[in-house]
Amino acid sequence: MKDHIIREIESEFMRKDIPDFKAGDTVRVYIRIKEMKENPKTKKVEERVRLQPFEGVVIRRRGSGLQETFTVRKVTQGIGIEKIFPIHSPVIERIDVIRRGKVRRSRIYYIRERRGKAARIKELR
Amino acid sequence: MEGIIGRKLGMTQIPTEDGSITVVTVIEAGPCYVLQGKTVEKDGYNAIKVAFGEVPKKRLSKPLLGELVKALGDGRETYPAQKITEFKVEDPSKFKPGQAIKVTDVFEENEFVDVTGISKGKGFQGVMKRWGFHGGPKSHGSKFHRAPGSIGQTTDPGRVWKGKKMAGHMGNRRVTVLNLQVVKIYPDKNLILVKGAVPGANGSIVILRKTKRPKPNKPVVSALGSKKKEENKK
Repeated sequence: MKDHIIREIESEFMRKDIPDFKAGDTVRVYIRIKEMKENPKTKKVEERVRLQPFEGVVIRRRGSGLQETFTVRKVTQGIGIEKIFPIHSPVIERIDVIRRGKVRRSRIYYIRERRGKAARIKELR
Repeated sequence: MEGIIGRKLGMTQIPTEDGSITVVTVIEAGPCYVLQGKTVEKDGYNAIKVAFGEVPKKRLSKPLLGELVKALGDGRETYPAQKITEFKVEDPSKFKPGQAIKVTDVFEENEFVDVTGISKGKGFQGVMKRWGFHGGPKSHGSKFHRAPGSIGQTTDPGRVWKGKKMAGHMGNRRVTVLNLQVVKIYPDKNLILVKGAVPGANGSIVILRKTKRPKPNKPVVSALGSKKKEENKK
């Protein structure tokens, strides 16, 4: 068990703007990416922040508190890609929940073995 | 002031300004109370004696209690006496007995500190765990698994060298970790967050000092939100 003082410090860094979602939901995660780019007008190298969306199915949430992470899976050109995000990461600009999925377990690893039509998830009504 | 006494509360991780995560140890540092000043004239060196960690009055010996009463006054239920140590100071006359020393009096954020503590006791350990010997093969008919092997030569020298690494008691000794960055300070809660691990179990006493081996180019991480505070100051 964690010390209540440590939990207090952690809660300070926790984000309150994260929507409620769970495994089976389809989400779009916007990640802030810093890059150095040359400005064509001034010829100066500047730091620029760009948003990169990553859309896919949440296959799990693990951990609790500040350490909680979630895994998003998507299939691009037949190749499955999974990204693990710390849920309270400041790199995440925002998370849009696109679709609520109806699944019967908290970790839907079985989706990895499915391809095409079999990998569909029913929408929650 | 050179340092402060504190208590290790535990570890966690916090996000940083650049979007990554850093591991920190939470230490309850101070307030420490000055018991006595030591001067060159009287003691041969300049220092102050400070105490930390409340202990019930009835658990203290009479001689120690007398010293504490002299500095902090009579009539307290508990006295800070869990750890008493000395810190070097330039001018001991600046500190009065009974004076409280807080984290903010000693450290600033992004400063580097050395942390001393008593490491966790591991008991009597073999040579593989204690000194990192490789041991032997686990299988394929091998009968040599975790033993130390040969401990010396032959008739010359005819004895085992002093300091030979052998099995024995491990841990539970004074360890100092150098050059840990102060990531964040909470002045009102007397808390300090230090980057990385610190010797000892949670709840054990640690001593924080300004680093004796500064590395000027060591990169500094800044906790999320700390930059904004600096801008406000300007």
